Amino acid sequence: MARFNAVDVVLWALRIGVVSVVVGGTIGTLIKDRYNAAQWFDFVMFGLTIGSIYAQIALGYTMVYGVLRLINFAHGDIVMTGAFAGYFIANPLARSGFLENHPVLAMAAILAVAVTTSVSIAVLTERIAYRPFRRVVGLAPLICAIGVSFFLEQTFRGMFGSAVKSYPDPQWQRATFHVMGFNVPRIDVLVIGLALLFMGALYMIVQRTRMGTAMRAVAEDGEAAALMGIDVNKVVVFTFVLGGAMAGIAGVFYAFLYKQVYFFMGFTPGIKAFGAAVLGGIGNIPGAMLGGFFLGMVESVGPTLFLDGIGIRAPYQLRDLIAFTLLIMVLIFRPQGLLGERMAKKRA
Amino acid sequence: MIPRMRRAILIGMAFGAGALHLTVVGVLLMLHQRWIVVDTVSLGQAVLVAIAGGAGAMAGRPLLGVLAGVMAGLPIAALTVVIAAVPLQSIFIALSPDLLDMLTLGLGTAAGVGILLGGGAVAGLLGAGLRVSPPVLRRAIIPGAVAVVVAGVFQELIQLMLQQYEGIVGVIRDFLYTWEGLSQQGAVAVFIFVALCSEVIGVAQRRRIARWPVRDLRRERMIWAGLALLVLVLLPAIAGSYVGQVLMLVGLYILMGMGLNLEVGLAGLLDLGFVAFFAVGAYTTALLTADASHALAHLPYWGAMPIAVILSVLVGVLFGLPVLGVRGDYLAVATMGLGEIVRVIVQSDFAAPLLGGAQGILQIPRPRLGSFVLSSPVSLFYLTLVASAIAAFVAWRLENSRLGRAWMALRDDEDVAQALGINLIRSKLLAYGLGAGFAGLAGSIFATMLTSVYPSSFQLLISINVLALIIVGGMGSLPGVVLGSIVLIGLPELLREFGEYRYLFYGAALIVMMRLRPEGLWPSDVRQRELHAADETLALDAGADAVPAQR
Repeated sequence: MARFNAVDVVLWALRIGVVSVVVGGTIGTLIKDRYNAAQWFDFVMFGLTIGSIYAQIALGYTMVYGVLRLINFAHGDIVMTGAFAGYFIANPLARSGFLENHPVLAMAAILAVAVTTSVSIAVLTERIAYRPFRRVVGLAPLICAIGVSFFLEQTFRGMFGSAVKSYPDPQWQRATFHVMGFNVPRIDVLVIGLALLFMGALYMIVQRTRMGTAMRAVAEDGEAAALMGIDVNKVVVFTFVLGGAMAGIAGVFYAFLYKQVYFFMGFTPGIKAFGAAVLGGIGNIPGAMLGGFFLGMVESVGPTLFLDGIGIRAPYQLRDLIAFTLLIMVLIFRPQGLLGERMAKKRA
Repeated sequence: MIPRMRRAILIGMAFGAGALHLTVVGVLLMLHQRWIVVDTVSLGQAVLVAIAGGAGAMAGRPLLGVLAGVMAGLPIAALTVVIAAVPLQSIFIALSPDLLDMLTLGLGTAAGVGILLGGGAVAGLLGAGLRVSPPVLRRAIIPGAVAVVVAGVFQELIQLMLQQYEGIVGVIRDFLYTWEGLSQQGAVAVFIFVALCSEVIGVAQRRRIARWPVRDLRRERMIWAGLALLVLVLLPAIAGSYVGQVLMLVGLYILMGMGLNLEVGLAGLLDLGFVAFFAVGAYTTALLTADASHALAHLPYWGAMPIAVILSVLVGVLFGLPVLGVRGDYLAVATMGLGEIVRVIVQSDFAAPLLGGAQGILQIPRPRLGSFVLSSPVSLFYLTLVASAIAAFVAWRLENSRLGRAWMALRDDEDVAQALGINLIRSKLLAYGLGAGFAGLAGSIFATMLTSVYPSSFQLLISINVLALIIVGGMGSLPGVVLGSIVLIGLPELLREFGEYRYLFYGAALIVMMRLRPEGLWPSDVRQRELHAADETLALDAGADAVPAQR
């Protein structure tokens, strides 16, 4: 643009401000040198772990957006339903000692229940709340999705109470591995490993199976896909099944990581994962995985690396601030994401 | 016959699922705690009857209505059997023995199932019967029943009002109400009185219609709205401080609703970080007036309020600047992120020296007029009322101004609007700024009402409240904002135990409104014309489709 107006000045100021905080903070922290290698390793490890969870949630946003062009605002709450369902099986298993003695079987049972629940709720949501808006443009579908989000949260609050419930904490999760002098918590390895496994499986389903191919076709061009004989309704349901399954798994891991569940727990990770999906280029499956890991990393390392250096008190309190700032910066400056170019003009 | 029966069964099952949901989340038992008619009918029971009756009415003919009613009762009946057999309260907290007692009327499981299914059948029959009954009957029964429910549910409030008077009012009160609520004789009396009134009005109206074939609906609606407004203005003075408090909250939400209405309703900018402006108004007022150590000044309220509003406008513009280029659903998420950032900062230790952190700011003085301190809820209500009236005037003038029309153009199509020479940057920033000003004013009054501000008062939920009320009322419609605030803020506040479940109903209201009535309960004229035009186009399309079919 030839004309340089006030808005550009503000946007440039914003860019420069964020970059200078990042650079200045990093230099400051490195000069002060208050943290040792083990602490940095812990930050990175936690970043990867929480990032793998964000990546799984982000997949749900990105797939639904690809197929329906709808931000499934309630996706974070689907995560919450999975965590709750997991709680009601994990708790008795922990009390009977089964979770401690048969970790593999117990985890499989917990995940199975969580996935079943979140998949059923995701599919029901689609059928009842989203399908009628298939052809509606404008704000109505998004507002309806906000309504669904509140409805789910409050339904769970009504059913199970508003108190925070603490997740079981089995001994084997607290143990650590020793690798090259660093302590690696076992739970982190478990979460990252299983997340990578499930995401790999999902990628194979989308790339290799008939249904996955149909899904990609609908994402490319819904009407043309329908003309080729693809049952769009079936594809949409399938998308919600996949997204719901990933959300259920992510919910259980998130709950095991933070050791608690409550009805509003899905909101913040949901919004952050949406940011991760946009970061990776919405509609882009590998992008969402990458965006999730990136966001988790920035959120975990960022407070200490960027804010400690410029002398901010208690930087860990501002963790969400960093995540939300990243989200807004992406929406403002690169709505097409890091990998995606497809939606560039349409959305920006 | 078979497809009709299938339809009736499906309708019944859908209504039954709704009833089951209400039961499991605990709404039903909560409603059961409130009598409509003392020792006779509770609100919870009435809701169950209404659900089965609604299923019956939708199913159509009486026999199908019975079928639908039974199907609507079936899920809860099944639930009753399950609760009686297995104690589930350790998981589902609402499935308590009290609930079992309510569902079976304390008569045991078998009898309870019979009552639920039989009651469903009767209610379904009544619903269907009401639908096919002659209008004379309907005109008497429906208003009568509604009046009984209102008189019973709001008995505390009505009694409180009537208590102030003696003589004939006292006699009527003693006849209608016991100290617990509406008595049986009272219910019958209210029903007959309202039913008769409704018949008389109905007859009178039909005569009038016969005289003037064209009714001026708009004018009629305005007259009713004016009457309602008059009642609203005078009510707190008559009914005392509790009603005053509720109505003042409604007034604050009307203020915020009008502000968000400029952004969402007129300019089409879905802003979920609206609460931030409310917070700016409240915190500015607090910092400028509070009798606390970290206050910046000790201005009187009237000095702080304009500054709070101006600062909110500035923050609104500042807020809008970076997200100017962001559209549609991305804008909603970006503004929500901005709102959350404001909350995180206010809560953090980092900003605590200035803003008080999680402890908030205390000791904000009340506004004074000369030597009179506006400290009672009723006087604060009138302050809110004056502020809302001024704001409503501003909003109304804005709506019909050049700027308002520019906003509407930009809502309908940004690219076309720009092509027509509308300055996008200027009009968008003005929408954010002016909308924020309204919220800042509301925040300023909020701070002086509570005499303290805490970060926990400024949750995302407030943004959602405001969004829900303008959507239920009708986007872009000023009377809609008032109606939405009364329905969504005032009613739950009056039914105090309802508070816990408020957001459940907001969520449901957003979904239902978007599906069934996207223009809102009281749509603006422009919107209605648009939708009407859309209907005509649809009809034309349908006509065009019908032509080849005939050939």
